[in-house]
Amino acid sequence: MTGHGSFDPNSVRKSIDVHAAQQTAWRVFTEDMGTWWPLAYYKIGKAKAIDAIVEPFSGGRWYERGEDGSTCDWGTVLAWEPFSRLLLSWDISADWQPDPTLKTEIEIRFIASGNNSTRVELEHRLLDRYGERRDEMRRVFDTEGDWGRLLASFADAAEKHG
Amino acid sequence: MATALRVERALDALGDPTRRAVFKRLRKGNRSVREIADGMAVSRPAVSQHLKVLKSAGLILVRIDGARRLYGIDPNGIESLRNWLEGFWDETLSAFKLAAEREQQKSGR
Repeated sequence: MTGHGSFDPNSVRKSIDVHAAQQTAWRVFTEDMGTWWPLAYYKIGKAKAIDAIVEPFSGGRWYERGEDGSTCDWGTVLAWEPFSRLLLSWDISADWQPDPTLKTEIEIRFIASGNNSTRVELEHRLLDRYGERRDEMRRVFDTEGDWGRLLASFADAAEKHG
Repeated sequence: MATALRVERALDALGDPTRRAVFKRLRKGNRSVREIADGMAVSRPAVSQHLKVLKSAGLILVRIDGARRLYGIDPNGIESLRNWLEGFWDETLSAFKLAAEREQQKSGR
């Protein structure tokens, strides 16, 4: 896993090579998100999350579903271009609450690289919108419970990938 | 890795309830040790010790104002978030890669 491209403090870029055909990569990303998203750590609602759903059209919802049937929005589908490009808005504030006005963006590109191989590039951008909510940012450091556990978990992950 | 270490240190530093209380007091602006200790059930030297830990975890800054040392929250929030997201997407994309490759193998070749 590598970061790529020129440095922009307001975005995070990642790319990963996947040994799967472009259509398969697209399908697993969009249709089967609940099978690989780390729902145990990353979820918004109160209920235990059992699935993550991306509705397959522009303007669709992106949300989690809890075991009690409740749903909780993460953002919306801004562009749906199978099998090459997906643009999502991510409306989760820094203190880990849904905030539909936030609208940071996540763009995912699926680039066929031959021989059942696909390069997946992800950019999470407009992070300065978090900066405008600096007070919430600070609360991140002041919250016990889920967010703290999440940080710890991903600190481990970052270590492994480091 | 520096990022993970920094996040871990911040978490460790805030794992202590008294330290969290000290940190919280700085939200409203810069404070001296005396101002922070006022109304708290811990001694000034204890508060100083907590401030030291918070500072080495990169959570607060010290400003010198004449003869006083004022403590305040490090406003570098966006950078911490960026760092956190780096780790988050590494983890999440790795999980995706495994799932996609499993699916590819299932569908054959």
